[in-house]
Amino acid sequence: MQIPYTVEPRPDTGLHNAKIGIWLFLASEVMLFGGLFSAYVLLRTGSIVWPEGSSILSVPIGTFNTMALIASSVTMVLSWAALKINNLSKFKMYMFLTYFLGLVFLIVKVVFEYLPKFEHHLYPSESTFLAIYFTLTGLHALHVLGGVIVNIYFWGPGSKMWETEPERFTNRVEVAGLYWHFVDLVWIFLFPVLYLL
Amino acid sequence: MTEISRESIWTKYIFSQDHKVIGLQYAFTALFFLLFGFALMMIMRWQLAYPGKPIPADGFIWVIALLGVVITLIGLFHSKKNLITLSGIIFLFMTWILIYLTSGEGRMPEGIMTPDFYNSLGAMHGTIMIFLGVVPLLVGGLGNYVLPLQIGAPDMAFPKINMVSYWSYFLGGITMLVSFFVPGGAANSGWTSYPPLSDLATTGQTVWLFGMVLLITSSLLGSINFITTVIQLRAKGLTWMRLPFFVWTQFVTAFLLLLAFPPLEAAGVLQLMDRLVGTSFFLPSGLYVGTGPLPVSGGGSPLLWQHLFWFLAHPEVYVLILPAMGIVAEIIANNTRKPLWGYRSMVFASIFLGIMSFIVWAHHMYLTGMGTTMTAFFQTTTMIISIPSVIILSAFFISLWGGSIRFNTPMLFALGFLPMFGIGGLTGLPLGLASSDIYLHDTYYVIGHFHYVVAPGTIFALFAGIYYWFPKVTGKMMDELLGKIHFWGSMIFINGIFLPMFIQGLAGISRRLYDGGESYLHAQDVLFWNEVMSYSAWGLGLMQIVFIINFVLSLRNGKDAGSNPWKATTLEWSAASSPPIEHGNFDKVPEVYRAAYEYSVPEASTDFIPQNQKEVK
Repeated sequence: MQIPYTVEPRPDTGLHNAKIGIWLFLASEVMLFGGLFSAYVLLRTGSIVWPEGSSILSVPIGTFNTMALIASSVTMVLSWAALKINNLSKFKMYMFLTYFLGLVFLIVKVVFEYLPKFEHHLYPSESTFLAIYFTLTGLHALHVLGGVIVNIYFWGPGSKMWETEPERFTNRVEVAGLYWHFVDLVWIFLFPVLYLL
Repeated sequence: MTEISRESIWTKYIFSQDHKVIGLQYAFTALFFLLFGFALMMIMRWQLAYPGKPIPADGFIWVIALLGVVITLIGLFHSKKNLITLSGIIFLFMTWILIYLTSGEGRMPEGIMTPDFYNSLGAMHGTIMIFLGVVPLLVGGLGNYVLPLQIGAPDMAFPKINMVSYWSYFLGGITMLVSFFVPGGAANSGWTSYPPLSDLATTGQTVWLFGMVLLITSSLLGSINFITTVIQLRAKGLTWMRLPFFVWTQFVTAFLLLLAFPPLEAAGVLQLMDRLVGTSFFLPSGLYVGTGPLPVSGGGSPLLWQHLFWFLAHPEVYVLILPAMGIVAEIIANNTRKPLWGYRSMVFASIFLGIMSFIVWAHHMYLTGMGTTMTAFFQTTTMIISIPSVIILSAFFISLWGGSIRFNTPMLFALGFLPMFGIGGLTGLPLGLASSDIYLHDTYYVIGHFHYVVAPGTIFALFAGIYYWFPKVTGKMMDELLGKIHFWGSMIFINGIFLPMFIQGLAGISRRLYDGGESYLHAQDVLFWNEVMSYSAWGLGLMQIVFIINFVLSLRNGKDAGSNPWKATTLEWSAASSPPIEHGNFDKVPEVYRAAYEYSVPEASTDFIPQNQKEVK
């Protein structure tokens, strides 16, 4: 049995199936994080005191991580572009950089941010600010982890598909890229909201 | 191109990627949960009719057990042995759970229900009926099976994701069942799980939240699949305005599931944090529990949960009703032998309904003391959203006009849907206006209103759909006589349950009373209705046994249906009856030449022209 339009776009919509699928998934992700951001707004406007983000969180570390994620988004695009010009080794290099930067983000997040907080007894149960900080960044970190796993798969065993179905593989990388950019974008909202405002 | 080979029984029937098998998996699991959720309610109705008296549950449980044994036996001597035997075993399993529930210390010591257990049953009845019963049957079951056939597709766009969606739903269901066995019993803070109560509730609530996360994941994956399938896999010539109305309603529903569920997932994550990590998202400062202040940081807002919850749960109501309208549309067009009246206005009404459903949620929250500006806004949007429902319902009524109606079982259920949903909708208007809602909210009136929409409304439409598509799935017709007994019996009993609720509600009986109002002076005049409602509920239970018998016997002895027994126009009837699992759905890829409901075209020789027939002859 064959499902049409898994690779080639449907003429009247101009899209292949997975591309619609990922955009729909991202729409639901917008609603997920949108729900959490509105929770943040409601809790903050309802509170009597709300700490300055920078008094608890480290802005330099946050900035570094922001840079790491933005850079990884760029390399993600480059890896897809490399496939478009049929250069698999270049794809592998950029894909490696992408998930490497993702891992850097996660390691910095856990080792230099979460663990020192715990050492100073700054747990989620301490205050509403810390609660929403840990929830939002924790959920985002899980999304980064998911993206890293997918990217490692396409860099490693998944790239075998390039031999048999190059076009489909390129589509897959593009779809993974859309997700990766979204995760990046969420952080670009999270960083100012939590660290700077 | 995806090449899917199906080899063993495991990949063919268990971890199947075929939309028809997955649809059946969904349908059977959902039917089981519908019956189970209904059984919980039948136990509660004993307590409401005879508060504090020991339950003679044995009789009722033995009926189910007997049914299990009989079905298992039939299964053992039948060609479709696996399926029927499995159903029999499921019945026996259910008997065991019910015996467990109606006995034991924390639940019903010596057959007398404890108040906590009553709360647990109420919460789980709501959760199971909505999230594990009706929606999976409407969308996962009928949607999965029928929608790809109706649009002439070989399968869903993402077969693997479809499979994962079912198994995620299945695990969610198992999680909910398991929660009955954890210390403290299942969740007991209502199906709405309002904090602070739910934040402080027993372990069952945590299990409930994990179950919900699995169910949300399932419906998310399903909705992505449905939308992509409708956009991408429509047959050649099947333009948007030629789609059967059922497809349209499933399409809009999928958008509601996609966009409304994530905020509940967010809320679920926050409540899990509250319960497991000790945060105070929903716990305000200075909360006293028992003898002292609660040792939490405070600063949270219980209202935050209500907003996030109802942001899901109002669109959810339309998830429950839209596909039901889709089923009714198919059956009415088919059995009046006329095109639907106002097809286009129905389509646009359902899209408008979908959009509006996102901005009416706070009409569930008038009692929270929100300001007049907010109230005015949500009153206005609520009144506006009744318009598209009225458009669709009016179109149905006008469609009946002048038709030579065939009163078969699916049509009876579809016709029953119209006035029942009408009552449900009209009784909702006083609830949409804050001034009357303040009196009526938290009374049985609300329960009556909601159940009229969902039970004789949606569930009747579901039965209509099952009777209508049964021949397509199995190749056999269901028995008409038993079907009519099922319909008329259900119709009488279901009104016996829900109509008195309006009377009790207007008399001011709270909907959460464990003794059904016995200890309240103002309830005495309307107290006798409790017995009427309870007997009606048990009568309704008996009527469903007629349905189960009809189902099993028709599978065994039903008349052969052929591929198009109803002389219908839509594409699913041009596929073979009981379409094979191994291949795509159609012998040759269908092409569509006309609108969905070309019945009684004057120049044609037959009174229906299938969508894939090119010339009028």
